[in-house]
Amino acid sequence: MRKKNFSLGRLLAWVVVAVIVVVTVFPFWWMVRTALTPAADLYTDNAGLLPHDPTLINFARVLGLTSEAEARAAGGSGAHINFARYLLNSVIYCGLIASFQTLFCAMAGYAFARLRFPGRDLVFAVVISALMVPPIFTLLPNFVLVKDLGLINTMAGMVAPSILMTPFAVFFLRQFFLSLPRDVEEAAVLDGNGPWGIFWRIALPMSRGPLLTIAITTTVWAWKDFLWPLLVGRGEDNRLVTVALGVFLQQSPNTQPDWTGLMAASTLSVLPVLVLLGFVGKRLVQSLNFTGNK
Amino acid sequence: MSSTKRRDDRRAAWWFLLPVSAGFVIFYGYPAARGAWYSVTDYTMLNTPSFVGADNYAKLVQDDQFWHSLQVTAWYVILNIASQTLLALGIAALMHRLTGSVLLRATLLLPWLVPNVTVGLLWMWLLDTNLGFVNHLITSLGLAPVGFLTDATLAMPSVAAINTWAYTGYTALLLYAGMLQIPQHLYESAAIDGAGEWRMFQRITLPLLRPVLALVLVVSLIGSFQIFDTIAVTTQGDPASATRVIYLYIYEQAFKYFHLGYAAAAAVCLALILGVFTAIQMRLLRASRSDLA
Repeated sequence: MRKKNFSLGRLLAWVVVAVIVVVTVFPFWWMVRTALTPAADLYTDNAGLLPHDPTLINFARVLGLTSEAEARAAGGSGAHINFARYLLNSVIYCGLIASFQTLFCAMAGYAFARLRFPGRDLVFAVVISALMVPPIFTLLPNFVLVKDLGLINTMAGMVAPSILMTPFAVFFLRQFFLSLPRDVEEAAVLDGNGPWGIFWRIALPMSRGPLLTIAITTTVWAWKDFLWPLLVGRGEDNRLVTVALGVFLQQSPNTQPDWTGLMAASTLSVLPVLVLLGFVGKRLVQSLNFTGNK
Repeated sequence: MSSTKRRDDRRAAWWFLLPVSAGFVIFYGYPAARGAWYSVTDYTMLNTPSFVGADNYAKLVQDDQFWHSLQVTAWYVILNIASQTLLALGIAALMHRLTGSVLLRATLLLPWLVPNVTVGLLWMWLLDTNLGFVNHLITSLGLAPVGFLTDATLAMPSVAAINTWAYTGYTALLLYAGMLQIPQHLYESAAIDGAGEWRMFQRITLPLLRPVLALVLVVSLIGSFQIFDTIAVTTQGDPASATRVIYLYIYEQAFKYFHLGYAAAAAVCLALILGVFTAIQMRLLRASRSDLA
């Protein structure tokens, strides 16, 4: 009797898992499906899982591959949109922030964990106290600062507040360096290595996992960034994907947004993330064992 | 330890800490002080700020819009945290006892990887009153279409549901990671004693998960208070200010009306609220130090 109940429960549990997967994946499916639908069919063809008359025109016009007239005919505003450029901007933005922030925070984390200098714990406490400052609080003054420095609409201004540090990464990497075995370092000292030598030749290679974890999560967050790039990178030349999507939404010609174009652009904004998931998915999934930041 | 090493350390530490210290001073410390200063001035980005004392705060206290935005934010936080945490706990428990396959974990992570702007657009389209797929399902059942994002009472629950969709998988994975730390033999001996799944969840999983659950809850709470992107895309605070959360309110005061001093004062208030939760978070982070490394 119990055995039967047990397997029934298990069957039910599997059904629940299936429902969760469908609810998670279906919106993405519908996004791609809409992106492949001709704008003219939007009103008539909104039920089936596949479009009646699939087309790539929406992707073409979002990537700026069509003429203005063609774009208008396909339901767009004809406004200049060059999503390829925005994708590249986003990749540069993420790459700069993830690589430099990881390196700088690793350096500081190592110093806090392993080097001896006066006032170490105090300095660490002060740096970590930055965790207490909510982003909205520094957003306004940082905007004014970047504006005063003449860095509005530059990549430098966009990456400035996050390229040097984030308190969580310092905290996280320090924790890891604290757990590194000391005797390896002591052997390196006997071989004549100074602090830099130990950091580059011993500490960094031994911390590939945690470094990659921080680099990947930083990349994901940078990819999702919206408000700061919206304020600082409005120009066509340094607009990021997320900002471009917002602009695209506002530029829609009629009362009804240009859904097919928006969904094609949305699909393009998800693709790089899927590629990342394909390459480092396992590491990313595992990394959630460590990071509690959101 | 030799004195040479100590001297080397001291000199090297300076260089090791240079970028992070510069980042801290220029983009955290200095702006925090500057933000506090703006909050007691009449700064509009065009004038030189002049000191107005507690005027901005006095105005804030009497500003119905400000209180309204705090209320709306609280409503969102309650809806979002309740649904997200309960769902995530259920999903994590299912994965723990059924399957934790990498494919399932990657699927659950997918919505979290996507920019909130994209998530907002996606659901704006799915929930569209006339053409959206969800309303297609509703009308095919013979019911009237629902204005999920245009109805003042439904807009906030809809936004909360959208962000629940976006973050539940991520939260579930954090909780699942916590569950993996629970020694398997506890379940084995409980099973020998004849305990059912629900009982095991109540007696083993939930109590032992408490530290992780607390941390995840506080982190989600801090995140929820700062909802902006999804609302900026889907409703922009409408209908009838039903989704004008505090973050959006501050943003509009600063960058739409250029009341920078006033916005800074509102930001100080939000920072004080968040400070309480952040202090709790830091305590929990320190407590779970061993799990982090």
